Amino acid sequence: MLWTPQCGTMIELKQIIIFGLISGGIYALLAVGFSLIFGVARIINLSHTAFYMLAGYLIYIFATTLGLNLYAAIVLSILVASLIGVLGYRFLIDPIRRHETAILIVTLALAIIVQEALSQGFGDDRLTVPRMIDGYVQIFGIKVFNQRILALGVAILMLAGTWLLLMRTKLGTAIRATAQDREVANLMGMNVGRMETIAMGASIALAAIAGALVAPTFSLVPHMWMSPLVMVLAVVVLGGLGSIKGSLLGAFILGFTESAVVFLAPSGSFLKEAAALTIMLIVILVRPEGLFGVSFEEER
Amino acid sequence: MIGTLTTYPNRAYTALREGVLILPGRTIALAFFLILLLLPLFTQDLYSLRIVIMASIFAVFAASWDLLSGFTGQMNLGHALFFGVAAYTSGLLNLNLGLPAGLTLPIGAVAAVLAGLLIGIPCLRLRGPYLSLATLAFPLILIGVISVIPEVTGGNQGISGIDRLNESRLVEYYIVIPIMIALVTIMWKITNSNTGLIFHAIREDEVTARASGINTTKYKLIAFCLSGLFAGVAGGLWVHMIMSVGPSSLGLMKSFEPVIWSVFGGVATIYGPVAGVFILYPLMESLTPIYEIRMLLFAVVVLVVLLAMPDGLTTWFRDKTEKVCPRCKLRNVATRSSCRVCTADLDQ
Repeated sequence: MLWTPQCGTMIELKQIIIFGLISGGIYALLAVGFSLIFGVARIINLSHTAFYMLAGYLIYIFATTLGLNLYAAIVLSILVASLIGVLGYRFLIDPIRRHETAILIVTLALAIIVQEALSQGFGDDRLTVPRMIDGYVQIFGIKVFNQRILALGVAILMLAGTWLLLMRTKLGTAIRATAQDREVANLMGMNVGRMETIAMGASIALAAIAGALVAPTFSLVPHMWMSPLVMVLAVVVLGGLGSIKGSLLGAFILGFTESAVVFLAPSGSFLKEAAALTIMLIVILVRPEGLFGVSFEEER
Repeated sequence: MIGTLTTYPNRAYTALREGVLILPGRTIALAFFLILLLLPLFTQDLYSLRIVIMASIFAVFAASWDLLSGFTGQMNLGHALFFGVAAYTSGLLNLNLGLPAGLTLPIGAVAAVLAGLLIGIPCLRLRGPYLSLATLAFPLILIGVISVIPEVTGGNQGISGIDRLNESRLVEYYIVIPIMIALVTIMWKITNSNTGLIFHAIREDEVTARASGINTTKYKLIAFCLSGLFAGVAGGLWVHMIMSVGPSSLGLMKSFEPVIWSVFGGVATIYGPVAGVFILYPLMESLTPIYEIRMLLFAVVVLVVLLAMPDGLTTWFRDKTEKVCPRCKLRNVATRSSCRVCTADLDQ
C-alpha cells in the first residue's frame, strides 16, 4: 500500500507481505472479539487488550513460576483470563450498562487495574515466555520463526471456528439475533443476558488466545496493552463497528500497513500507529460507517 | 444619599440570598471559590499552592471536555489534541521567539480553536462511537508527526526550558486561580444560555433539533471551537507551569484523563468535572508516598464510585439535596415542600 518501486526491493516486499499476514492475523483475533461484544452488548471494551496482556502474564505464572507443562499453562491461562473477563462483566459492567460514558471509564479503570496489579506483581522489567516451538523456516528467502507461523495458523483456525460458531450453530444464531435486535430476541425467548455473558467470554477468550500466541515472540511489560488497543480500535472502526467481516478485512489492511511502515520508514515503530489511524480516518471520512458497518440511524 | 449607599449592599445581599444561598450546590460553589481565593492567607506552602494551581488548570481542561462531550454528546476521546496543540504552540513560541506568557497563551488558545475547526469539520458526518474513535486518532497521529520532525518539535524528548508563568509562586497562584474561576463561570453561563439549551437538544435528539429549525452543524462546530478555546488556555497555562512539553501531552492517557474526571464528577454539569479534578488530582498527589500502588488505588476509587453513582458524584449529590419543581422546573432545596417561586407542591 505504502510500497513504491523506488524505495523497496523484492525482499522488502516479501517481508512486508509475510509479516503483514502474521500481525494481521493477530489483529483479526483481537478485533473480532472486540466486535463481538460491541455488537451484542454495545460496549466499547477498553480493557479488551488488557486481557490479551493478562493471558501472556498468566502463562508466565503457570509455566515459569509454577513450572506446569507449557500447553497446560496456555489452556489454563486462557480459561482464567476468560473467567476474570466474565466476572468483570457481570459485577462491574452489567450493573451500570445504561450509562454509556460510565461504562467506558469502568472498562478503562479495569485495564489500569490489570496493568498496575501486574506491575506490582512482576515489576516493570521485561519478562519472556518460552516458545511453543523453536526454530525458523525460510519462506521465499525470508527467515520466519516457527512460533510466528504457528500464531498465524492458530489465528486462522480460531477465526474459522468463530465463524462456524456464529453462522452454523443455534447458539451463534441466538448471539447474532441479540446483536441485531435485543428486544425482539428477548421476545423470541432468547436469554439475552446469557447471550451477552457468552459473547463476553468468547470475546475475552479470543483476546487471551491472541495474547498466548504472541507472548513468546516479544517480552511482557505491564503497559503493552495500549498500543494494540489503539490498533484494534482503528481496525474495528475501519471495518465497521460490530461487523465481523469488516474486522477481518480491517485487521489485514492495517496489518500490512503496519509492516510496510516498520520496514520502509526509519524509526517506523513510532509511525505505525499514526499511519494506521490515518488510513482509518480516510476510510471513515469517505464512508462514515466504516467498510461494512451497520448504520445506527434506526437504533432504538 | 444614605439611601442609595445602603441600597447597593442590600441589593447585593438579596441577589446573593435569592440566587446563591437558596441552593446548597451553589452555596458550596461560592464557598469553594472564596476558599481558593483566600487560601494563601492560611498557607504559603509552595507544594500545596502548586497542587491547587495544577488542579485548577486541569479543572478548566476537564470542564472544556464536558462543554463539548457532556453537553452536545459528541464524545471526544481525543481531547488531548487541544491541550497538546496549545501547549506545543505556546512552548515553541516562547522558546524560539521569546514571546512572554501573556502573548503565547492567547496564540496557543487560537491554535487550539483552529485544531477544533480542523477536526470538527470532517467529524460532523460521524455519529456515536465512530466519532469518539475518530477523534481519538487525531492526537496520536500528531505524535507520529512530532516524532518525524524532531528539529522543530524536539521529537520524543520534547522541548524544555520554557519560561515560568512568574518567578513567584504566589503571583502564579493569583494568575491561574482567577482565570480558572472566570473560565469555569463563563462555561457554566454558556451552558445555562440558549446555546446551552441547543447543546442539550443536540445530545438528546439531533434529528428533532434539526427539525425544529436549529442549524445543528453550526452549533456542533461552535461547541468544538469553544471547547478547543478553553482547553487551549489550560494547555498554555500548563506548559508555563511545567516549563517543558513532550509527546505525552498528546498521549492516550491525556485524552482519557478529562473523561475520567468528568464522568467521576458528573457529566453535562460543568461543576461536575471541576469537582472531579479537585477530588481526584489532590488524591493522586497525596498518594505520592505510596507511589507504586497509587494508580491502582486511583482506578479502584474511580471504579467503586462509578458503580455506586453511575451518574457521577455531583449529580448524585444534587439529586439528594435538590428537587425540581414539577410546574416551573426551578430547582429547590430537598427540604422544601413547596416551590420557592410558584409555590407548587413539590412532594406529589
